[in-house]
Amino acid sequence: MEVIQSGIGELIQPPDVNAFREWNRAKPKALIDKRMTEAEAVSRFIRDGDYIGTELYGTVRCPMSLINEIVRQGITDLRVAGQGVFELDMLLAAGRIKALDVTYIGLEVYGVSNCLRREVESGRVKTCVEWSNAAIAWRFKAAAMGVPFIPVRSMLGTDTLKYSAAKVVKCPYTGDPICLLPALILDVGLIHVHRADIYGNAQIDGISGFAAEMARASKRLIISAEEVVSNEEFRCHPDRTIIPYYLVDAVVEAPFGSHPGEMCYVYVRDEAQIREWVEASKEIETAQAYLDKYIYGVSNHQEYLEMIGRERLDNLNRMAKRETDERTTP
Amino acid sequence: MKEQRHSDFQTPPGTLTYNPTELLICTAARLMPDNTTAFIGTGIPMLAASLAQKMHAPNLVTVFEFGGTGAILEKLPLAVGGECTFHRAVAASGICDIVETAQRGFIEYGFLGGAQIDPYGNLNSTVIGDYCQPKVRLPGSGGANDVGSHCWQTIAIMRQDKRRFVEKVDFVTTPGYLSGPGAREAAGLPPGTGPYRVVTNLAVLGYHAESKRMVLLATQPGIPIEQVFANTGFELLVAEVVEENSPPTAKELQILREEVDRDHLYI
Repeated sequence: MEVIQSGIGELIQPPDVNAFREWNRAKPKALIDKRMTEAEAVSRFIRDGDYIGTELYGTVRCPMSLINEIVRQGITDLRVAGQGVFELDMLLAAGRIKALDVTYIGLEVYGVSNCLRREVESGRVKTCVEWSNAAIAWRFKAAAMGVPFIPVRSMLGTDTLKYSAAKVVKCPYTGDPICLLPALILDVGLIHVHRADIYGNAQIDGISGFAAEMARASKRLIISAEEVVSNEEFRCHPDRTIIPYYLVDAVVEAPFGSHPGEMCYVYVRDEAQIREWVEASKEIETAQAYLDKYIYGVSNHQEYLEMIGRERLDNLNRMAKRETDERTTP
Repeated sequence: MKEQRHSDFQTPPGTLTYNPTELLICTAARLMPDNTTAFIGTGIPMLAASLAQKMHAPNLVTVFEFGGTGAILEKLPLAVGGECTFHRAVAASGICDIVETAQRGFIEYGFLGGAQIDPYGNLNSTVIGDYCQPKVRLPGSGGANDVGSHCWQTIAIMRQDKRRFVEKVDFVTTPGYLSGPGAREAAGLPPGTGPYRVVTNLAVLGYHAESKRMVLLATQPGIPIEQVFANTGFELLVAEVVEENSPPTAKELQILREEVDRDHLYI
Protein backbone atom coordinates (compact mmCIF):
# COMPACT_ATOMS: atom_id res chain seq x y z
CA MET A 1 0.00 0.00 0.00
CA GLU A 2 1.24 3.44 -0.91
CA VAL A 3 1.67 5.64 2.18
CA ILE A 4 0.35 9.11 1.34
CA GLN A 5 0.93 10.75 4.73
CA SER A 6 2.44 9.82 8.08
CA GLY A 7 1.46 11.57 11.30
CA ILE A 8 4.51 13.09 13.04
CA GLY A 9 3.36 12.08 16.52
CA GLU A 10 5.35 9.46 18.40
CA LEU A 11 4.07 5.90 18.35
CA ILE A 12 4.14 5.58 22.13
CA GLN A 13 3.27 1.89 22.21
CA PRO A 14 4.21 -0.21 19.16
CA PRO A 15 1.52 -2.70 18.00
CA ASP A 16 3.47 -5.92 18.58
CA VAL A 17 0.62 -8.35 17.92
CA ASN A 18 2.87 -11.43 17.89
CA ALA A 19 4.21 -10.67 21.36
CA PHE A 20 0.62 -10.05 22.44
CA ARG A 21 -0.35 -13.52 21.19
CA GLU A 22 2.50 -15.09 23.17
CA TRP A 23 1.46 -13.11 26.23
CA ASN A 24 -2.15 -14.25 25.91
CA ARG A 25 -1.09 -17.85 25.38
CA ALA A 26 0.79 -17.78 28.68
CA LYS A 27 -2.05 -16.18 30.59
CA PRO A 28 -3.59 -18.60 33.14
CA LYS A 29 -6.98 -19.97 32.14
CA ALA A 30 -7.70 -21.67 35.45
CA LEU A 31 -10.68 -20.59 37.54
CA ILE A 32 -8.80 -19.04 40.43
CA ASP A 33 -9.99 -16.57 43.03
CA LYS A 34 -8.52 -13.23 41.92
CA ARG A 35 -10.01 -11.06 44.65
CA MET A 36 -7.59 -8.62 46.22
CA THR A 37 -7.44 -5.09 47.60
CA GLU A 38 -6.66 -2.01 45.51
CA ALA A 39 -3.25 -1.87 47.21
CA GLU A 40 -2.37 -5.43 46.24
CA ALA A 41 -3.71 -5.15 42.69
CA VAL A 42 -1.81 -1.94 42.00
CA SER A 43 1.47 -3.11 43.57
CA ARG A 44 1.35 -6.47 41.79
CA PHE A 45 0.31 -5.36 38.33
CA ILE A 46 1.35 -1.74 37.71
CA ARG A 47 4.94 -0.53 37.43
CA ASP A 48 6.61 2.81 36.82
CA GLY A 49 6.64 3.58 33.12
CA ASP A 50 3.75 1.28 32.24
CA TYR A 51 1.30 2.17 29.51
CA ILE A 52 -2.14 2.23 31.17
CA GLY A 53 -5.71 3.00 30.14
CA THR A 54 -8.96 3.77 31.92
CA GLU A 55 -12.33 3.18 30.40
CA LEU A 56 -15.28 5.46 29.65
CA TYR A 57 -15.34 9.11 30.67
CA GLY A 58 -13.97 10.03 34.03
CA THR A 59 -17.18 10.79 35.86
CA VAL A 60 -19.05 7.75 34.59
CA ARG A 61 -18.02 4.29 35.78
CA CYS A 62 -14.51 5.56 36.38
CA PRO A 63 -12.05 3.40 38.35
CA MET A 64 -11.39 6.05 41.01
CA SER A 65 -10.49 3.71 43.86
CA LEU A 66 -7.76 2.20 41.65
CA ILE A 67 -6.51 5.57 40.40
CA ASN A 68 -6.34 6.92 43.94
CA GLU A 69 -4.26 3.90 44.93
CA ILE A 70 -1.88 4.45 41.99
CA VAL A 71 -1.36 8.01 43.18
CA ARG A 72 -0.96 6.85 46.81
CA GLN A 73 1.69 4.28 45.90
CA GLY A 74 3.72 6.85 44.00
CA ILE A 75 3.71 5.03 40.67
CA THR A 76 5.07 7.42 38.09
CA ASP A 77 6.31 8.05 34.52
CA LEU A 78 3.08 6.54 33.28
CA ARG A 79 2.13 6.50 29.64
CA VAL A 80 -1.62 6.91 29.30
CA ALA A 81 -4.42 6.65 26.74
CA GLY A 82 -5.99 10.00 27.49
CA GLN A 83 -9.70 9.89 27.36
CA GLY A 84 -10.68 11.14 30.72
CA VAL A 85 -12.09 13.65 33.11
CA PHE A 86 -11.69 13.18 36.82
CA GLU A 87 -9.38 10.18 37.02
CA LEU A 88 -6.73 11.49 34.63
CA ASP A 89 -6.92 14.86 36.36
CA MET A 90 -5.76 13.10 39.55
CA LEU A 91 -2.77 11.56 37.78
CA LEU A 92 -1.94 14.89 36.11
CA ALA A 93 -2.28 16.79 39.39
CA ALA A 94 0.10 14.33 41.03
CA GLY A 95 2.55 14.71 38.11
CA ARG A 96 2.59 11.02 37.23
CA ILE A 97 2.06 11.17 33.47
CA LYS A 98 5.04 11.22 31.12
CA ALA A 99 3.34 10.55 27.78
CA LEU A 100 -0.22 10.92 26.54
CA ASP A 101 -2.15 9.57 23.61
CA VAL A 102 -4.72 12.30 24.08
CA THR A 103 -8.22 12.58 22.71
CA TYR A 104 -10.05 14.56 25.36
CA ILE A 105 -9.01 15.57 28.81
CA GLY A 106 -11.32 18.16 30.27
CA LEU A 107 -14.01 18.69 32.84
CA GLU A 108 -16.96 18.56 30.43
CA VAL A 109 -19.51 21.14 31.62
CA TYR A 110 -16.88 22.71 33.88
CA GLY A 111 -14.56 23.41 30.97
CA VAL A 112 -10.85 22.85 30.39
CA SER A 113 -8.65 20.84 32.72
CA ASN A 114 -6.28 23.13 34.58
CA CYS A 115 -4.09 20.16 35.42
CA LEU A 116 -3.76 19.24 31.73
CA ARG A 117 -2.92 22.85 30.96
CA ARG A 118 -0.21 23.04 33.62
CA GLU A 119 1.35 19.70 32.75
CA VAL A 120 1.37 20.17 28.96
CA GLU A 121 2.11 23.90 28.78
CA SER A 122 5.08 23.42 31.15
CA GLY A 123 6.36 20.44 29.18
CA ARG A 124 6.21 18.10 32.18
CA VAL A 125 4.10 15.79 30.03
CA LYS A 126 6.92 15.11 27.58
CA THR A 127 4.94 13.53 24.76
CA CYS A 128 1.45 14.40 23.55
CA VAL A 129 -0.02 12.58 20.56
CA GLU A 130 -3.46 13.55 19.19
CA TRP A 131 -6.39 11.26 18.35
CA SER A 132 -10.18 11.39 18.16
CA ASN A 133 -12.36 9.54 20.67
CA ALA A 134 -13.35 6.86 18.19
CA ALA A 135 -9.72 6.56 17.05
CA ILE A 136 -8.63 5.54 20.57
CA ALA A 137 -11.54 3.08 20.84
CA TRP A 138 -10.78 1.68 17.38
CA ARG A 139 -7.11 1.31 18.28
CA PHE A 140 -8.25 -0.90 21.16
CA LYS A 141 -10.55 -2.70 18.75
CA ALA A 142 -7.61 -3.46 16.44
CA ALA A 143 -5.65 -4.86 19.39
CA ALA A 144 -8.74 -6.84 20.41
CA MET A 145 -8.90 -8.23 16.86
CA GLY A 146 -5.22 -9.17 17.11
CA VAL A 147 -4.27 -7.13 14.04
CA PRO A 148 -1.65 -4.33 13.87
CA PHE A 149 -3.91 -1.62 12.42
CA ILE A 150 -7.47 -0.76 11.47
CA PRO A 151 -8.64 1.38 8.53
CA VAL A 152 -11.06 4.21 9.36
CA ARG A 153 -12.38 7.44 7.86
CA SER A 154 -11.84 9.69 10.89
CA MET A 155 -9.05 12.26 11.28
CA LEU A 156 -8.42 12.64 7.53
CA GLY A 157 -7.29 16.07 6.34
CA THR A 158 -6.75 17.53 9.81
CA ASP A 159 -3.98 18.57 12.20
CA THR A 160 -5.37 15.90 14.54
CA LEU A 161 -3.97 13.40 12.03
CA LYS A 162 -0.78 15.40 11.45
CA TYR A 163 0.09 15.26 15.18
CA SER A 164 -0.99 11.63 15.60
CA ALA A 165 0.91 8.46 14.75
CA ALA A 166 -1.71 7.44 12.16
CA LYS A 167 -0.93 6.95 8.50
CA VAL A 168 -2.92 7.69 5.36
CA VAL A 169 -2.63 5.13 2.60
CA LYS A 170 -4.22 4.62 -0.78
CA CYS A 171 -6.88 1.95 -0.23
CA PRO A 172 -5.95 -1.10 -2.34
CA TYR A 173 -9.63 -1.76 -3.10
CA THR A 174 -11.18 1.65 -3.75
CA GLY A 175 -8.13 3.77 -4.53
CA ASP A 176 -9.30 6.43 -2.05
CA PRO A 177 -7.15 7.71 0.81
CA ILE A 178 -7.91 5.98 4.09
CA CYS A 179 -6.57 6.43 7.62
CA LEU A 180 -4.79 3.52 9.33
CA LEU A 181 -4.75 3.49 13.12
CA PRO A 182 -2.12 1.41 14.92
CA ALA A 183 -3.42 -1.16 17.40
CA LEU A 184 -3.06 0.00 21.01
CA ILE A 185 -2.01 -2.77 23.38
CA LEU A 186 -2.07 -1.69 27.01
CA ASP A 187 0.32 -2.91 29.68
CA VAL A 188 -2.53 -2.43 32.16
CA GLY A 189 -6.23 -1.75 31.68
CA LEU A 190 -8.39 -0.45 34.54
CA ILE A 191 -12.15 -0.94 34.28
CA HIS A 192 -14.84 -0.40 36.89
CA VAL A 193 -17.95 -2.56 36.43
CA HIS A 194 -21.28 -3.14 38.11
CA ARG A 195 -20.57 -6.72 39.13
CA ALA A 196 -17.95 -9.42 38.81
CA ASP A 197 -17.41 -12.91 40.16
CA ILE A 198 -14.28 -14.00 42.01
CA TYR A 199 -12.66 -15.20 38.78
CA GLY A 200 -13.11 -11.91 36.92
CA ASN A 201 -16.19 -12.45 34.78
CA ALA A 202 -17.81 -9.03 34.59
CA GLN A 203 -21.13 -7.38 33.74
CA ILE A 204 -21.84 -3.74 32.98
CA ASP A 205 -25.29 -2.14 33.06
CA GLY A 206 -26.25 0.62 30.63
CA ILE A 207 -23.92 1.82 27.88
CA SER A 208 -20.61 0.01 27.68
CA GLY A 209 -18.33 2.75 26.28
CA PHE A 210 -15.31 0.85 25.03
CA ALA A 211 -15.02 -1.69 27.85
CA ALA A 212 -15.26 -4.76 25.62
CA GLU A 213 -12.52 -3.50 23.30
CA MET A 214 -10.19 -2.21 26.02
CA ALA A 215 -10.46 -5.36 28.12
CA ARG A 216 -9.34 -7.39 25.10
CA ALA A 217 -6.51 -4.94 24.35
CA SER A 218 -4.93 -5.19 27.83
CA LYS A 219 -2.02 -7.43 28.77
CA ARG A 220 -2.90 -7.08 32.43
CA LEU A 221 -6.45 -6.18 33.42
CA ILE A 222 -7.61 -4.95 36.81
CA ILE A 223 -11.36 -5.02 37.34
CA SER A 224 -12.97 -3.15 40.20
CA ALA A 225 -16.62 -3.96 40.83
CA GLU A 226 -19.45 -2.44 42.81
CA GLU A 227 -20.20 -5.96 44.03
CA VAL A 228 -18.76 -9.43 43.75
CA VAL A 229 -21.48 -11.98 42.98
CA SER A 230 -21.54 -15.74 42.55
CA ASN A 231 -20.28 -17.47 39.44
CA GLU A 232 -23.81 -18.89 39.15
CA GLU A 233 -25.07 -15.41 38.15
CA PHE A 234 -22.83 -15.58 35.11
CA ARG A 235 -23.61 -19.19 34.24
CA CYS A 236 -27.34 -18.33 34.23
CA HIS A 237 -26.91 -15.21 32.09
CA PRO A 238 -23.83 -15.71 29.90
CA ASP A 239 -25.17 -13.21 27.36
CA ARG A 240 -24.55 -10.48 29.94
CA THR A 241 -20.81 -11.16 30.29
CA ILE A 242 -18.91 -8.32 28.66
CA ILE A 243 -15.51 -9.33 30.06
CA PRO A 244 -14.73 -13.06 30.43
CA TYR A 245 -12.57 -14.06 33.40
CA TYR A 246 -9.47 -15.17 31.51
CA LEU A 247 -8.76 -11.57 30.48
CA VAL A 248 -8.67 -10.51 34.12
CA ASP A 249 -5.74 -10.48 36.58
CA ALA A 250 -7.33 -8.88 39.63
CA VAL A 251 -10.84 -8.41 40.97
CA VAL A 252 -11.22 -5.60 43.49
CA GLU A 253 -14.52 -5.21 45.31
CA ALA A 254 -15.06 -1.46 45.41
CA PRO A 255 -18.49 -0.16 46.36
CA PHE A 256 -18.73 3.47 45.29
CA GLY A 257 -15.55 2.75 43.35
CA SER A 258 -16.45 5.47 40.84
CA HIS A 259 -17.09 8.18 43.46
CA PRO A 260 -17.34 11.17 42.92
CA GLY A 261 -18.32 9.88 39.50
CA GLU A 262 -21.50 7.96 38.85
CA MET A 263 -22.57 4.36 38.28
CA CYS A 264 -25.77 4.12 36.28
CA TYR A 265 -28.78 2.73 38.19
CA VAL A 266 -26.70 2.56 41.41
CA TYR A 267 -25.59 6.07 42.35
CA VAL A 268 -25.51 9.48 40.72
CA ARG A 269 -22.41 11.61 40.64
CA ASP A 270 -21.50 13.68 43.67
CA GLU A 271 -21.78 17.18 42.26
CA ALA A 272 -20.55 18.88 45.44
CA GLN A 273 -17.38 16.78 45.45
CA ILE A 274 -16.77 17.38 41.75
CA ARG A 275 -17.20 21.11 42.22
CA GLU A 276 -14.75 20.96 45.11
CA TRP A 277 -12.19 19.46 42.74
CA VAL A 278 -12.99 21.93 39.95
CA GLU A 279 -12.21 24.77 42.36
CA ALA A 280 -9.19 23.06 43.91
CA SER A 281 -7.69 22.18 40.53
CA LYS A 282 -7.31 25.81 39.55
CA GLU A 283 -4.03 26.29 41.44
CA ILE A 284 -1.16 23.90 42.09
CA GLU A 285 -1.30 24.44 45.87
CA THR A 286 -5.03 23.85 46.24
CA ALA A 287 -4.87 20.83 43.93
CA GLN A 288 -2.09 19.41 46.11
CA ALA A 289 -4.18 20.07 49.23
CA TYR A 290 -7.05 18.12 47.68
CA LEU A 291 -4.75 15.16 46.99
CA ASP A 292 -3.35 15.42 50.53
CA LYS A 293 -6.81 15.26 52.01
CA TYR A 294 -8.58 12.70 49.84
CA ILE A 295 -5.76 10.44 48.64
CA TYR A 296 -2.59 10.67 50.74
CA GLY A 297 -4.56 11.43 53.92
CA VAL A 298 -6.39 8.08 53.87
CA SER A 299 -4.87 4.64 53.64
CA ASN A 300 -7.48 2.98 51.43
CA HIS A 301 -10.84 3.30 49.66
CA GLN A 302 -12.84 2.37 52.77
CA GLU A 303 -11.29 5.23 54.73
CA TYR A 304 -12.00 7.55 51.81
CA LEU A 305 -15.68 6.53 51.85
CA GLU A 306 -15.82 7.06 55.62
CA MET A 307 -14.53 10.57 55.09
CA ILE A 308 -17.23 11.25 52.49
CA GLY A 309 -19.79 9.88 54.94
CA ARG A 310 -22.56 7.29 54.83
CA GLU A 311 -25.37 9.82 54.71
CA ARG A 312 -24.03 11.51 51.60
CA LEU A 313 -23.44 8.19 49.84
CA ASP A 314 -26.94 6.94 50.74
CA ASN A 315 -28.35 10.07 49.21
CA LEU A 316 -26.49 9.40 45.94
CA ASN A 317 -28.06 5.91 45.94
CA ARG A 318 -31.52 7.34 46.55
CA MET A 319 -31.20 9.82 43.69
CA ALA A 320 -30.20 7.03 41.29
CA LYS A 321 -33.11 4.90 42.44
CA ARG A 322 -35.49 7.77 41.82
CA GLU A 323 -34.11 8.11 38.27
CA THR A 324 -34.56 4.39 37.69
CA ASP A 325 -38.16 4.54 38.91
CA GLU A 326 -38.86 7.44 36.58
CA ARG A 327 -37.40 5.48 33.71
CA THR A 328 -39.54 2.41 34.22
CA THR A 329 -42.79 4.22 35.09
CA PRO A 330 -43.05 7.09 32.63
CA MET B 1 -33.61 19.35 4.43
CA LYS B 2 -34.77 22.83 5.26
CA GLU B 3 -34.59 24.28 8.69
CA GLN B 4 -37.85 24.41 10.60
CA ARG B 5 -40.02 27.48 10.12
CA HIS B 6 -43.01 26.35 12.09
CA SER B 7 -45.83 28.65 13.10
CA ASP B 8 -45.11 27.81 16.75
CA PHE B 9 -41.96 29.83 16.38
CA GLN B 10 -43.71 33.08 15.55
CA THR B 11 -43.63 35.48 18.45
CA PRO B 12 -46.41 37.98 18.90
CA PRO B 13 -45.17 41.55 19.07
CA GLY B 14 -44.00 42.22 22.59
CA THR B 15 -40.92 42.35 24.69
CA LEU B 16 -39.77 38.90 25.70
CA THR B 17 -36.39 38.96 27.29
CA TYR B 18 -33.92 36.15 26.94
CA ASN B 19 -30.20 35.74 27.41
CA PRO B 20 -27.64 34.82 24.69
CA THR B 21 -27.47 31.17 25.81
CA GLU B 22 -31.26 30.83 25.58
CA LEU B 23 -31.15 32.37 22.11
CA LEU B 24 -28.45 29.89 20.96
CA ILE B 25 -30.47 26.96 22.31
CA CYS B 26 -33.74 28.05 20.70
CA THR B 27 -32.07 28.77 17.35
CA ALA B 28 -30.27 25.41 17.32
CA ALA B 29 -33.44 23.53 18.33
CA ARG B 30 -35.24 24.87 15.27
CA LEU B 31 -32.55 23.22 13.10
CA MET B 32 -33.43 19.75 14.41
CA PRO B 33 -36.20 18.19 12.29
CA ASP B 34 -38.39 15.37 13.60
CA ASN B 35 -37.53 11.79 12.59
CA THR B 36 -33.88 12.52 11.93
CA THR B 37 -30.75 11.29 13.66
CA ALA B 38 -28.56 13.83 15.44
CA PHE B 39 -25.20 13.32 17.11
CA ILE B 40 -25.40 15.29 20.34
CA GLY B 41 -22.57 16.51 22.55
CA THR B 42 -22.83 17.85 26.08
CA GLY B 43 -23.86 21.43 26.68
CA ILE B 44 -25.95 23.54 24.34
CA PRO B 45 -26.65 20.80 21.72
CA MET B 46 -28.19 18.69 24.48
CA LEU B 47 -30.46 21.48 25.65
CA ALA B 48 -31.43 22.24 22.06
CA ALA B 49 -32.24 18.57 21.40
CA SER B 50 -34.36 18.40 24.53
CA LEU B 51 -36.25 21.55 23.53
CA ALA B 52 -36.73 20.25 19.97
CA GLN B 53 -38.19 16.98 21.32
CA LYS B 54 -40.67 18.90 23.43
CA MET B 55 -41.61 21.37 20.66
CA HIS B 56 -41.71 19.95 17.14
CA ALA B 57 -39.50 16.85 17.04
CA PRO B 58 -40.71 14.19 19.53
CA ASN B 59 -38.88 11.51 17.56
CA LEU B 60 -35.61 13.33 17.11
CA VAL B 61 -33.27 10.37 17.45
CA THR B 62 -30.53 11.59 19.75
CA VAL B 63 -27.22 9.78 19.44
CA PHE B 64 -24.58 10.07 22.17
CA GLU B 65 -21.08 8.91 21.41
CA PHE B 66 -20.58 6.55 24.33
CA GLY B 67 -23.55 4.40 23.41
CA GLY B 68 -26.99 6.02 23.87
CA THR B 69 -29.35 5.92 20.87
CA GLY B 70 -32.81 7.50 20.92
CA ALA B 71 -32.78 8.88 24.45
CA ILE B 72 -35.75 10.96 25.56
CA LEU B 73 -34.07 13.97 27.13
CA GLU B 74 -36.07 14.48 30.29
CA LYS B 75 -33.07 15.55 32.31
CA LEU B 76 -29.78 17.06 31.36
CA PRO B 77 -26.74 14.88 31.35
CA LEU B 78 -23.69 16.52 32.87
CA ALA B 79 -21.46 13.87 31.35
CA VAL B 80 -21.49 12.54 27.81
CA GLY B 81 -21.81 9.00 29.20
CA GLY B 82 -24.31 9.84 31.94
CA GLU B 83 -27.53 7.91 32.49
CA CYS B 84 -29.63 10.65 30.86
CA THR B 85 -27.88 9.92 27.54
CA PHE B 86 -29.74 6.60 27.39
CA HIS B 87 -32.85 7.48 29.41
CA ARG B 88 -35.77 5.60 27.82
CA ALA B 89 -33.53 5.14 24.77
CA VAL B 90 -34.01 2.46 22.12
CA ALA B 91 -30.50 1.09 22.56
CA ALA B 92 -27.53 1.29 24.90
CA SER B 93 -24.37 0.15 23.13
CA GLY B 94 -20.84 1.55 23.02
CA ILE B 95 -18.66 4.07 21.23
CA CYS B 96 -17.55 1.79 18.37
CA ASP B 97 -21.17 0.98 17.47
CA ILE B 98 -22.14 4.66 17.54
CA VAL B 99 -19.29 6.05 15.46
CA GLU B 100 -19.41 3.10 13.06
CA THR B 101 -23.10 3.92 12.57
CA ALA B 102 -22.04 7.44 11.61
CA GLN B 103 -19.26 6.07 9.40
CA ARG B 104 -21.88 3.95 7.56
CA GLY B 105 -23.87 7.11 6.76
CA PHE B 106 -26.75 6.74 9.21
CA ILE B 107 -26.36 10.01 11.08
CA GLU B 108 -27.78 13.10 9.46
CA TYR B 109 -26.80 15.91 11.79
CA GLY B 110 -23.84 16.44 14.05
CA PHE B 111 -23.70 19.27 16.55
CA LEU B 112 -20.32 20.69 17.53
CA GLY B 113 -18.62 23.45 19.44
CA GLY B 114 -15.08 24.76 19.34
CA ALA B 115 -12.74 27.52 20.44
CA GLN B 116 -12.10 28.76 16.88
CA ILE B 117 -13.74 28.43 13.45
CA ASP B 118 -12.46 29.55 10.04
CA PRO B 119 -14.30 30.53 6.80
CA TYR B 120 -14.41 26.87 5.70
CA GLY B 121 -15.90 25.67 8.97
CA ASN B 122 -12.73 24.01 10.24
CA LEU B 123 -12.84 23.85 14.04
CA ASN B 124 -10.14 24.04 16.69
CA SER B 125 -10.51 22.53 20.15
CA THR B 126 -6.89 21.42 20.68
CA VAL B 127 -4.53 24.36 21.31
CA ILE B 128 -4.39 28.13 21.17
CA GLY B 129 -1.01 29.26 19.86
CA ASP B 130 1.77 27.09 18.52
CA TYR B 131 1.17 23.37 18.96
CA CYS B 132 4.63 22.67 20.33
CA GLN B 133 4.57 25.61 22.75
CA PRO B 134 0.88 26.16 23.33
CA LYS B 135 -0.49 29.30 24.93
CA VAL B 136 -3.51 27.30 26.04
CA ARG B 137 -3.82 23.52 25.94
CA LEU B 138 -7.50 22.76 25.27
CA PRO B 139 -9.15 19.37 25.91
CA GLY B 140 -8.53 17.97 22.39
CA SER B 141 -10.74 16.45 19.73
CA GLY B 142 -12.86 14.16 21.83
CA GLY B 143 -15.62 13.01 19.53
CA ALA B 144 -15.62 16.25 17.51
CA ASN B 145 -13.34 14.99 14.74
CA ASP B 146 -15.46 11.85 14.36
CA VAL B 147 -18.68 13.87 14.20
CA GLY B 148 -17.20 16.32 11.67
CA SER B 149 -15.81 13.46 9.56
CA HIS B 150 -18.86 11.18 9.32
CA CYS B 151 -22.15 13.03 9.89
CA TRP B 152 -23.83 14.22 6.70
CA GLN B 153 -24.33 17.77 7.91
CA THR B 154 -22.59 19.39 10.84
CA ILE B 155 -23.83 22.37 12.75
CA ALA B 156 -21.44 24.39 14.90
CA ILE B 157 -22.81 26.33 17.86
CA MET B 158 -20.56 29.13 19.11
CA ARG B 159 -20.34 32.61 20.53
CA GLN B 160 -19.28 34.94 17.75
CA ASP B 161 -16.36 37.35 18.04
CA LYS B 162 -13.08 38.06 16.26
CA ARG B 163 -11.05 35.77 18.51
CA ARG B 164 -13.29 32.83 17.64
CA PHE B 165 -14.09 33.58 13.98
CA VAL B 166 -10.61 33.68 12.49
CA GLU B 167 -9.09 33.54 8.99
CA LYS B 168 -6.97 30.54 10.02
CA VAL B 169 -7.53 28.35 13.06
CA ASP B 170 -4.42 27.59 15.14
CA PHE B 171 -5.08 23.86 14.77
CA VAL B 172 -7.56 21.97 12.58
CA THR B 173 -9.02 19.57 15.14
CA THR B 174 -12.20 18.82 13.20
CA PRO B 175 -12.54 19.00 9.43
CA GLY B 176 -14.80 21.57 7.86
CA TYR B 177 -14.31 22.05 4.13
CA LEU B 178 -10.53 22.06 4.86
CA SER B 179 -8.88 24.26 2.17
CA GLY B 180 -12.03 24.61 0.04
CA PRO B 181 -14.02 22.88 -2.72
CA GLY B 182 -13.12 19.22 -3.20
CA ALA B 183 -10.64 19.14 -0.32
CA ARG B 184 -12.69 16.83 1.90
CA GLU B 185 -13.12 14.26 -0.84
CA ALA B 186 -9.43 14.53 -1.81
CA ALA B 187 -8.49 13.81 1.81
CA GLY B 188 -10.64 10.67 1.76
CA LEU B 189 -13.56 11.97 3.84
CA PRO B 190 -16.98 10.62 2.79
CA PRO B 191 -18.36 12.52 -0.25
CA GLY B 192 -21.35 14.77 0.37
CA THR B 193 -20.53 15.43 4.01
CA GLY B 194 -19.50 18.73 5.58
CA PRO B 195 -20.43 21.81 7.54
CA TYR B 196 -24.01 23.00 7.13
CA ARG B 197 -24.76 25.78 9.59
CA VAL B 198 -23.14 27.87 12.28
CA VAL B 199 -25.44 29.12 14.99
CA THR B 200 -24.18 32.09 16.99
CA ASN B 201 -25.52 34.73 19.35
CA LEU B 202 -25.43 37.15 16.39
CA ALA B 203 -26.39 35.15 13.31
CA VAL B 204 -27.08 31.93 11.49
CA LEU B 205 -24.46 31.22 8.86
CA GLY B 206 -24.22 28.67 6.06
CA TYR B 207 -21.71 27.83 3.33
CA HIS B 208 -21.56 28.91 -0.31
CA ALA B 209 -22.39 25.98 -2.61
CA GLU B 210 -19.33 26.49 -4.85
CA SER B 211 -16.65 28.25 -2.83
CA LYS B 212 -17.57 26.45 0.45
CA ARG B 213 -16.91 29.72 2.32
CA MET B 214 -19.10 30.90 5.15
CA VAL B 215 -22.19 32.90 4.20
CA LEU B 216 -24.38 35.08 6.38
CA LEU B 217 -27.94 33.74 6.06
CA ALA B 218 -29.83 35.38 8.90
CA THR B 219 -29.23 37.75 11.76
CA GLN B 220 -30.45 37.16 15.26
CA PRO B 221 -33.34 39.43 16.37
CA GLY B 222 -32.33 43.09 16.55
CA ILE B 223 -28.73 42.48 15.46
CA PRO B 224 -27.58 44.74 12.58
CA ILE B 225 -25.56 43.12 9.81
CA GLU B 226 -22.65 45.46 10.63
CA GLN B 227 -22.38 43.93 14.09
CA VAL B 228 -21.99 40.48 12.53
CA PHE B 229 -19.20 41.77 10.28
CA ALA B 230 -17.51 43.55 13.17
CA ASN B 231 -17.35 40.26 15.07
CA THR B 232 -15.99 38.16 12.21
CA GLY B 233 -12.24 37.96 11.64
CA PHE B 234 -12.53 37.11 7.94
CA GLU B 235 -14.39 38.18 4.83
CA LEU B 236 -17.94 36.96 5.20
CA LEU B 237 -20.11 36.25 2.16
CA VAL B 238 -23.71 37.45 2.37
CA ALA B 239 -26.84 35.75 1.06
CA GLU B 240 -28.95 37.68 -1.45
CA VAL B 241 -31.64 38.02 1.16
CA VAL B 242 -30.53 38.11 4.78
CA GLU B 243 -33.43 37.15 6.97
CA GLU B 244 -33.92 38.16 10.57
CA ASN B 245 -34.62 35.23 12.87
CA SER B 246 -37.80 35.42 14.86
CA PRO B 247 -37.00 35.71 18.56
CA PRO B 248 -37.58 32.82 20.95
CA THR B 249 -41.29 32.42 21.57
CA ALA B 250 -42.95 32.53 24.94
CA LYS B 251 -43.63 28.81 24.58
CA GLU B 252 -40.02 27.96 23.75
CA LEU B 253 -38.73 29.98 26.66
CA GLN B 254 -41.26 28.49 29.05
CA ILE B 255 -40.37 24.92 28.10
CA LEU B 256 -36.68 25.74 28.20
CA ARG B 257 -36.84 27.33 31.64
CA GLU B 258 -39.43 25.13 33.32
CA GLU B 259 -38.76 21.73 31.76
CA VAL B 260 -35.48 21.49 29.86
CA ASP B 261 -33.20 23.25 32.34
CA ARG B 262 -35.36 23.64 35.41
CA ASP B 263 -32.31 23.68 37.69
CA HIS B 264 -30.71 26.43 35.58
CA LEU B 265 -27.48 24.54 35.11
CA TYR B 266 -26.80 26.17 31.77
CA ILE B 267 -29.21 29.05 31.17
